Amino acid sequence: MSEYVIRFLVGGAVVSAFSMLGDVLKPKSFAGLFGAAPSVALATLGIAIHQHGAVYAGAQSLSMMVGANALVVYSILVCQLLMRAGMRALPATIVSIVVWLGAAFGLWAIAGGQA
Amino acid sequence: MRLPIKVSLSSLQEGRWYEYLVRFGLGGAATVFTGLISSRYGASIGGLFLALPAIFCASATLIEKHELRRKRKAGLEGRRRGREAAALDAAGASLGALGMLAFAAVFWLLVERSVAGAFIGASLAWLTVAVAAWFVRRQVRIIRLAQRDSGPAMSRGR
Repeated sequence: MSEYVIRFLVGGAVVSAFSMLGDVLKPKSFAGLFGAAPSVALATLGIAIHQHGAVYAGAQSLSMMVGANALVVYSILVCQLLMRAGMRALPATIVSIVVWLGAAFGLWAIAGGQA
Repeated sequence: MRLPIKVSLSSLQEGRWYEYLVRFGLGGAATVFTGLISSRYGASIGGLFLALPAIFCASATLIEKHELRRKRKAGLEGRRRGREAAALDAAGASLGALGMLAFAAVFWLLVERSVAGAFIGASLAWLTVAVAAWFVRRQVRIIRLAQRDSGPAMSRGR
């Protein structure tokens, strides 16, 4: 239980720090870089190394490469839905999560399911 | 050449306290969720979720909301401007995701040799690739605009 409390606090703090950094930077497209900062990864990989060792964290980071490719697809799709389809930000970002899941698991399967 | 990146601390005042709380909660929840997935399905599946755009939903929505609020204060409708601001954030995030790819690759290469080296190297790789990609995109846009207008290159303040 305490492990998940630590995860929650560390993850919340790291994500908030990157988000605030994004808030103060201009122009907006540059600030957007921080929307895809590896904040959850920094928190998770640190805990993974502490609990399971470097090999485990290495396996996670290998799969993370696949997830990052899916994130590129996701971000481009969100941008298009906002600008071309005229959707609001919340529905556009939520609907696109389905595409992220499809792209992530599709690429993961193509990579042999081991990433 | 003038650096096109600016720091504006006043932007922090636009946010409401509960918006920061929501982001903290979402960040914490995403980290817990990733841990649960890794425990249940293993490191390989869990690793995919290190790039889950859970936080991005909140960030883009807040950006749109802040822009709407600002425009409405000025007596304008602001819906289009809000969408454009969120879309620009998404365009930046696509470049940030390339940085995230570099982060994961460098971390994977270094972690079994040096844990500290892996974190430092991966973070530097993220920053370098993301910022370099942003500058390249900006230059391409400037050149395209200059060609379209057949005039001097204009730098858009976006």
